[in-house]
Order: sequence, then structure tokens, then C-alpha cells
Amino acid sequence: MALMRITSPHAHGPQKTSWVMQQVLLATVPGLIVLTHFFGFGTLINVLWASILALAFEALALKLRKRPIGFYLGDYSALVTAVLLGIALPPYSPWWLITVGMASSILLAKHLYGGLGYNPFNPAMVGYVVLLISFPVQMTSWAPPRGAGELPGLMEALQACFTPGNYDGVTMATPLDVLKQNNSLLVEDLWQANPQFGRWAGVGWEWANIAFLAGGLWLLYQRIFTWHAPVAMLATLTLMAALFYDGGSSASGGSPLFHLLSGATMFGAFFIVTDPVSSAVSVRGRLIYGALIGILIYLIRVFGNYPDAVAFAVLIMNLAAPFIDQYTQPRTYGHVKSGGGD
Amino acid sequence: MLADYSILLIGAILVNNFVLVQFLGLCPFMGVSNKLETAMGMSMATTFVLTLASACSNLTYHYLLEPLGLAYLKTISFILVIAVVVQFTEMVVRKSSPLLHRVLGVYLPLITTNCAVLGVALLNINKEHSFMQSLFYGFGAAVGFSLVLVLFSAMRERLAVADVPVPFQGAAIGMITAGLMSLAFMGFAGLV
Repeated sequence: MALMRITSPHAHGPQKTSWVMQQVLLATVPGLIVLTHFFGFGTLINVLWASILALAFEALALKLRKRPIGFYLGDYSALVTAVLLGIALPPYSPWWLITVGMASSILLAKHLYGGLGYNPFNPAMVGYVVLLISFPVQMTSWAPPRGAGELPGLMEALQACFTPGNYDGVTMATPLDVLKQNNSLLVEDLWQANPQFGRWAGVGWEWANIAFLAGGLWLLYQRIFTWHAPVAMLATLTLMAALFYDGGSSASGGSPLFHLLSGATMFGAFFIVTDPVSSAVSVRGRLIYGALIGILIYLIRVFGNYPDAVAFAVLIMNLAAPFIDQYTQPRTYGHVKSGGGD
Repeated sequence: MLADYSILLIGAILVNNFVLVQFLGLCPFMGVSNKLETAMGMSMATTFVLTLASACSNLTYHYLLEPLGLAYLKTISFILVIAVVVQFTEMVVRKSSPLLHRVLGVYLPLITTNCAVLGVALLNINKEHSFMQSLFYGFGAAVGFSLVLVLFSAMRERLAVADVPVPFQGAAIGMITAGLMSLAFMGFAGLV
């Protein structure tokens, strides 16, 4: 059985797709402001250029499929994908990097599967992983945060994006990357030696994560998604970090607080894991889905090849989501519990 | 000791997954993944045969081919060993458990042509695995194959009702999905 059959009464919800997507866009604003404050205009330009491309690719795909263009562009789903990918990419990415990413997101991950609501993988994360595997150099060079280096101005940021050949930017490893490469210094010394470590996790990173947490909590308050998947993800990530934490030796994987507030943790938990299309749908399914993402994030961050793992963990669980749904179907009222699908 | 075996297992299941990373056994992966139920049957049959065949081929190589100096015949003799194991399993299952035979029956002969089975047997020789290591490696390969086959079939059941553009329907979107799954599995690189 592929679809869940739900019996009456069927009540109308006030949530329309366009309203939901608008709320998601709004909730990314605090995070965007913090990222712009700490890393300069790079992220904003990423987001703007990605949005233009997203609308263009979406219109192209709709035109090829002879669907009403205005109607589907008005649901803001392409814009959400663009904003999420724009935030996930390193600031001051060249224009072609964003173009390849958006083409993979919108055309490959979304419209080949039939458009909004059918994509088994999160489009933004497909775009991100395609780029991370194809262009590792560009994808792992992150700008230094405010205080650790000089922030480029608006004109320089535009130059970095559209004439990348003329731009000579400064890059710096992210705290997660530094911690991963480290095998000689104690965590405390590492904190002293590198300017990009902040109070808890990393300059800019900790505040960006708190901002995304705030945006996520607001979405939760607006009932855009349920608490199950993000809470399960954050809980297992904390648990894994606590289990493997050894007090800060040179082989340490980082404290739970460090993992919660660095990289894309909060962004992933509230904006990626909660994607209603590609995640599991039942309550138990969402708990399992979120929990496994949390575990995978820790394993790949600490033991894998890639410094941040949210995109990979989400894609791996995306491919498991239909299976999880199959075995966590809620019992229909009045029916005896049956094992698995029928 | 235990750690060695678990690393071997995790390596074969996730990091060097036979289907998504080494691209072996793609025919049953694409062919038997239309329904979850059939995928389950295929997984169980493959797990059983693959584990047994990798042990048998290891014995054949070390106690028959090597002493006789016939190591260059390993490919053809492994094909024979696999065919024998499959046929033997089919006969035993048919006599001992008709129910299991009904579940696995159709898939058993198909396993003979699963290149992952031959791949595991040959890799075991290349990597100079001991008997126990071969057994674990074969089992891990089979579990990895089963894992992605079952997940893929659950996903394809959902794709069957998706509004996929006409040129991409059926096997085409299955291939694209398999490619994206392979992309996701690259995240496991470096775990062991």
C-alpha cells in the first residue's frame, strides 16, 4: 500500500501552501541577519541569486510540463528551496556554483519527481550534496567571521559572486573543521589558538544557531510542523556528544553544547528535518526519523570525511523515510493492529 | 577481534555498500524493487545464499584450487560453486519448508546471476580474507544489499503514485533515485 487512507470526518485546515511557505521564509530572517552581521553580505547575495535562479528554473520546468506557471510560482516553495540552499552555501560563493546547485535542487530533485509534494529527497540538500561532492574546494572554504578577519564590503561581495576570477577572498576553516583536523592540541588550547572559536561553539556560529532556533520555535508556535522530528534529532545528537565526550582531550569530538551550536545543527533541525514532503509522516515515524538523523550527524561529523553532516544525514534518512512510514502506520480506529502494511 | 569483525561488517554494509558504492548487484536492485514484499523475499534469499557462497568459495579456493595450482580457474569455479549453492538451497528449502519456498522460491534461481555474489567471492580472495572473515564479509555484503534493496523498494512504491513526467516514468526515475541514494551513501565515506 502506498498511500495512507484516512477516514472521515475531513476538516478543512486554514493552512495553505503559500501561507506555510511564507512563514518558513519569515522564520529564516533572524538567522539571515545574524549570518550577515558576522560573515558579511555573502549569504544575502547567495540567497538573492539563488531565488532568481529558482524562479527561473521552476518556470522553465512548469513550461516544459505545460502547467500553469503563475499558480505554482505563487506557492513560494521554490523560493524556500532557494533560501535554504543560499543559507547552506558558504558566503561569497561564485555564481556558477549556486547555479549548478539550484539546477540540481529544482530540476533534478524536485521536477523530475513531479514537482512539489512528490520529491523523495529534500531538494535543497540534494543541491548541497551534489555541490559538496563535485566542488569540495569551493564548498569547504568559509569566510572568516567578524573579528577574526576583515569583512568584505557590498561591492566586494558582489564581485566575489559574479566575477569570481577577480576576487581574492580570505577563507578560514570552520570550528567543526578545525576540531576534526585537530589531533595534537587539547580542546581548551584549540580555543585559545584559533580566533574563530567563540564563547561556546564558534564566532557567529553560536548566534546563527540561536537565531535559527528562535525562527524554528516561532514556526512551531505557528504549527507549521510538530515538535517530534527536531526534538528527537537534537536529543540524540546531544546524547551521542555526551556519550563520546571525554572532557576535552586532543581526540575529543567536542562537547554537546559545541555540537548543538555549531555548523548547521539548528538550521537543519528546524528547517531541513521538518520538510513535510521528504520526512516520515506518522508521529512515531518522525521520532525515529529525527533520532536517526541526530545519530548520523554525530557519526559523520566526528568519524566521517566531511566536517558537517546535516545534508548527508538528512538525505540518508530521506531514503529510509518511506520504509519507516510503512512500519509506523497508526492504527485506524476500530481496527485491530496489524503488522506492517497490508 | 570483535572490533575487527564489526569494522568489516560496517564497511561492507555502509561504507563500501555493494550496490550504492561498488555498483554490484544492480540487476536485482532495479528488477525486484517494485514491491516491498518481493524485495523482502529477495533480501532474505540473497542473505542466505551470499553468506553460504562466500564461505564455500573460500574453502574451494584454499583447499582445492590453491593446492592443485589452479588459482587461475577461480572465476569459473566460483560460478559453479554459486550455482551449486543456489540449487542446493532451493532443493533443501523446497523439501524442508514449503512455506519458505513459496516466499523465496522465485528469487532463488535469480541469485545465480547476481554479480554481487561472485564479486564477494572474488574480493575475498583479493583481500586475502580468512575463512571467518570471508563469512562476515559475505554476510555484511548481503545485509548491505538487503538494506538498500528494501529501502529502495519502499521508495519506489511511493514513486509509483508520483506525478513523474512521462519520459522519466518507470525505470528511468528508478535509476535517478538510485543515483541520488548513491550520493547520500557517499556521506558514510571515511567511517571505518
